[in-house]
Amino acid sequence: MSTSHVSPLREPLVDGVKDLGQITRDVCGPLDAAPTAAWYAAFAAALCALSYGAVMVIHQVWTGIGTWGLNKTVGWSWDITNFVFWVGIGHAGTLISAILFLFRQKWRTSINRSAEAMTIFAVMCAGIFPLIHMGRPWLAYWVMPYPNPMGPLWVNFRSPLLWDVFAISTYFIISATFWFVGLIPDLATMRDRLPEGWRKKVFGLASLGWSGSHRTWQHYEMVYLLLAGLATPLVFSVHTIVSFDFATSVIPGWHATIFPPYFVCGAIFSGFAMVLTLMIIARKVMNFEGYITLRHIDAICKVILLTSMIVGLAYSTELITAYYSSNHYERFAFINRIKGPFAGFYWMMVFCNVLVPQALWFERIRRDVRVLFLISILINVGMWLERFVIITISLHRDYLPSSWTDYSPTYVEIGTYIGSFGLFFTCFLLFCRVLPMIAISEVKGVLSYARGDQDKESRHAH
Amino acid sequence: MPTKTFVGVFDSDRAILAAARAAREKGLLIRDAYTPFPVHGMDEALSLPPSWLSRACFALGASGLAFALGFQYWVSLFDWPMNIGGKPFDASPALIPIAFEITVLVAGVGTVATLLVFRGLLPGKPADLAALGATDDKFLLVIDGQTEEAQRAFYREHGAVRVEAVGGGAR
Repeated sequence: MSTSHVSPLREPLVDGVKDLGQITRDVCGPLDAAPTAAWYAAFAAALCALSYGAVMVIHQVWTGIGTWGLNKTVGWSWDITNFVFWVGIGHAGTLISAILFLFRQKWRTSINRSAEAMTIFAVMCAGIFPLIHMGRPWLAYWVMPYPNPMGPLWVNFRSPLLWDVFAISTYFIISATFWFVGLIPDLATMRDRLPEGWRKKVFGLASLGWSGSHRTWQHYEMVYLLLAGLATPLVFSVHTIVSFDFATSVIPGWHATIFPPYFVCGAIFSGFAMVLTLMIIARKVMNFEGYITLRHIDAICKVILLTSMIVGLAYSTELITAYYSSNHYERFAFINRIKGPFAGFYWMMVFCNVLVPQALWFERIRRDVRVLFLISILINVGMWLERFVIITISLHRDYLPSSWTDYSPTYVEIGTYIGSFGLFFTCFLLFCRVLPMIAISEVKGVLSYARGDQDKESRHAH
Repeated sequence: MPTKTFVGVFDSDRAILAAARAAREKGLLIRDAYTPFPVHGMDEALSLPPSWLSRACFALGASGLAFALGFQYWVSLFDWPMNIGGKPFDASPALIPIAFEITVLVAGVGTVATLLVFRGLLPGKPADLAALGATDDKFLLVIDGQTEEAQRAFYREHGAVRVEAVGGGAR
């Protein structure tokens, strides 16, 4: 494959002159070597956080969720904030794997595998919070409609909370399926390059006898396209339904028709920030700078900038709607948001989500990974605050001034949140060590993009 | 059934595509091509009809939708009608979110299962020609119904880097 000439119009998707075999070696090579010291350090930290979270979960299940700082007025706070935060983070993975695929954005190939992994782990973290909130998580199967001997007894299909159960579980299953389908050819690549031994056996089982047959590839590509087509409306539906948990209620600050698009956009915004955080670390630690190039980082930044402005528009729309509604309670909810006891969180949120991303207008900043790392962390913080602002600040001063109250989290809530980060990073670090982090077969397919390859260029032309 | 299969090994997608097109023009039967990534243009070279899995996906999605809507109506109207604030039992818009999720779930998982079963991708199945590098950087072409000499000559003529003879059973 000739790669000497580089197109003057487009930057190649893969940097450095590489051939197909080198892609296989570059992606699979790090999996054969022993983990680095940095990996061990990160894994130990993640495992500590996970263990601490596990102790906290056992404690609150054993004692009851009275260990939380919730009260009669503030019935939802950190638990649901964390739930929405993690579900939102997952959305970028599906956006990258499905929506960018449908739009034929070929640059996605280097980052889609790890972004999808991020989705799956984030949804797992999200699922923990409603589960614990049930108080008796061993009865969690009650949320599913199953034939039972308690007479005709079914769940309430008209409840947004039940829609949420279906949305999140479908999202998890479809994301995992999509991820696995994408992995099959790469699992076969791993199988074929490993020496005899238990690893080869495991990859042999998991790769389902994949041989690269074109008769299979043809159907495989159709299935991949169909899954992308199904996952695209799914990802919109999931955060729409999450927002219905709030929007269908009668709480001022929640009861807003703007919520579904506002939540979906915020989810994509926060998810891309998390993708940026993870990719900046991964490309450095795993030596993937030639695959996850500055062009990828630049593209991610542009998505962040766009979604940041949509989120900013939503914030101002909320304020204007509250003012224009002439509804006493609605107006109060928003005055309380921007001037009440929790106003610091609101303005911190505006700073992180609306002002900070404006720096991404400048190309110099979009290609400076250190600054970007800081920005991505600030956005993650800001998006967590957004959910806290929406949930807690709307609740703590409700219709009856006599029931107004404050809220502060206990160490149990904070510990559970830290534990969810532990779970996320433990899973992600294991994934980095066990599975190919970059979609090998997809990157091979775009290797010749924007490079001198007469036959390819003439084929693209017609 | 020949006892040996002869495989033309190519080292680029262009080379194998040219060879496959040439084989088609000569009227040779191509059994299959094995490639590290889907080589576009190979469908025509192999004269493959478009994949029927899109129709399977539609059928699965439609049955998922029918099941989800039917089940929710049956529960809400007949088996367990719950009066919640006097709201209608058959509040159709409220049944849409779950109907949509089940549609996507059945269509997605069902289509993947159909692919795996139809193409024989099952755990423990041995892979064809796994040692020849088609999952790494080699492109393999297998033509049928020719003598050994004719096959070798064809592969060589069309730029194969080598020709491998694989014993018997490779499908």
